[in-house]
Amino acid sequence: MIEVISSHRCIDCDICVEVCPTNVFDAVAGGHPVIARQADCQTCFLCEAHCPADALFVAPLSGAAPAGSPLTDEAVLERDERFGEYRRWLGWGHGRTPGAARDQNRVFTERLRSLHAPPGAGR
Amino acid sequence: MPRMRRSIAVPADVDVLVLGGGPAGTWAALAAAARGARVALADKGYCGTSGSAAAGGNNLWYLPPDPEVRDRAIATREAAAGGLTERRWMARILERTWDAVGELSAWGYPFPVTDSGEQYRGSLQGPEYLRLMRRQVKRAGVTILDQSPATELLTDPDGVVSGAAGIRRQQGGARWEIRAGAVVLATGGCAFLSGALGLNVNTGDGALMAAEAGAELSGMEFSCQYGIAPAFGAQTKGLMYQFATFTDADGGELPGSMPARSAVALQRAALRGPVYARLDQAGPEVRSAMRWSQPNFFLPLDKMGIDPFTERFEVRFVLEGTVRGTGGLRVTDDGCATTVPGLFVAGDAASREFVTGAVTGGGSHNGSWAISSGGWAGDAAARFAAARPPGRAPLAARGQAGLRPRGRAGVRHHEVVATVQEHVFPLDRNRFRSERGLRESLSVLDDLWRAAADELGPDGVRSRQAAAMVAHARWMYASALSRPESRGLQIRDDAPRTDPAHTHRIRSGGLDEVWTAPEEVGTP
Repeated sequence: MIEVISSHRCIDCDICVEVCPTNVFDAVAGGHPVIARQADCQTCFLCEAHCPADALFVAPLSGAAPAGSPLTDEAVLERDERFGEYRRWLGWGHGRTPGAARDQNRVFTERLRSLHAPPGAGR
Repeated sequence: MPRMRRSIAVPADVDVLVLGGGPAGTWAALAAAARGARVALADKGYCGTSGSAAAGGNNLWYLPPDPEVRDRAIATREAAAGGLTERRWMARILERTWDAVGELSAWGYPFPVTDSGEQYRGSLQGPEYLRLMRRQVKRAGVTILDQSPATELLTDPDGVVSGAAGIRRQQGGARWEIRAGAVVLATGGCAFLSGALGLNVNTGDGALMAAEAGAELSGMEFSCQYGIAPAFGAQTKGLMYQFATFTDADGGELPGSMPARSAVALQRAALRGPVYARLDQAGPEVRSAMRWSQPNFFLPLDKMGIDPFTERFEVRFVLEGTVRGTGGLRVTDDGCATTVPGLFVAGDAASREFVTGAVTGGGSHNGSWAISSGGWAGDAAARFAAARPPGRAPLAARGQAGLRPRGRAGVRHHEVVATVQEHVFPLDRNRFRSERGLRESLSVLDDLWRAAADELGPDGVRSRQAAAMVAHARWMYASALSRPESRGLQIRDDAPRTDPAHTHRIRSGGLDEVWTAPEEVGTP
């Protein structure tokens, strides 16, 4: 679930409010958006992908992170370069190559198919 | 510097109203706009991130226009899908998918280029795909209403679907209402708020609305697809588990290492105790390609500090319901009409039995179905709307349970959801079924439906979602009872064989009274 909106990274663009498919955020006049309905977060990471300031961190847990977890600690997340991680893989942002151009799924679907082919099927 | 957030005005009437902004909805909107229709698209969340495709990756059922190659693929699918598919539909889907993917390339989707210099177009990455689809839909002049869940259909005095209404959840829950010459439902399947990757938007709202207007469903027994996910989360991405060794609590190796073939054995093992995976069959040479292909399979593990190639991690099975099952609203003709005039259906909201039969459509066929059915439904809806005189008749709002309770408010949406989940999540109830278990669940769910219809809400979209989930659970289990055999996704532990006498589809419908009836293969 979404755990952190970095106060020093956030530029108040409210894109996260707009794009969240489950309406987790609320815009705040003159301030950073807030995580208003964390329990509705479906951990899809798409707010991270769309955040132009790499200001969001979605923990991979399906429930809220326990108190004191490093997954809620902005300093630890900064140190470990966790902000903007999904966006880097997608290759979104100025000067990056889209990750989709490196998509090798065909190799893995073909491998899976060959694992499942009945003996003697020859493929 | 805060961006000016403009609120898009709701049009009073359009030719075609599309509900849902995933692949099926966006392809439908484009097809309707290409016919010159005035189109609006309303999404519960945001067109571009909503739904099962945006959050994941999408392999497609995508084959070149070579009759031999296609015939072989169709025959393979037919054999795997339990005899419930339709060859003619499979051929149409392959044809339409080929053309549509060509359009994606022309619009600039960054397909990977193979060593021979050709684009490889068989796989789409969700965030990139849906961002592009949104851009195209806007370019086509379609009005997009984000964060605007539809809650009910509107019908004219003849019962023809003539619009929909819903709420604008970022404008204080204000009601929206749009009159339309035709409506395309592309609201996705129902995954019961299981948390499966990207699926919490998919709560079956569309099928509930349609059933209130009298629509029928089909294939609802094939609704028990479970995805495999790390136990700490619910990121149901299965492809990379082909490299896994699975073990039990004591480290003993569990049979099979490929989920597609051994999923059932692993699910049985999960009833006995925890199951662990380690991707120890992936050599260092393929790991980078694995990461670039499925970044959001690895992202959660990276964030947890788990190296999946060397460390074992606990997994669990998360219900994906009808999203990666097969069942949905029954399609009655080549334009994806439902049994209700004016209402068309596309994507996972529709039954996908023509192409997926009794087995899961996840992992390629559903993706091609969404593209194809979206295009057909949008086109047919535009033609239907063009043939209708401008609507002036008063419209009836058809929403009932969770929206207009028959009695005093009582049961709450979270209580209803919790009870439904108790009956649809457990593997030993839904994955491994028996007549006794199904009857037991149905008796609870029938009572729950009465309570929901009488006392639930109105509580915005949440009470509607809860009502839709009860309705789905009942259609699922009533259909499962009507198929006293095991076939494809349906495993009946009390009837483990496939019975040739049941090589038919099962239609279903009804809300206060749920019914089922057989339908021969070969229609439509």
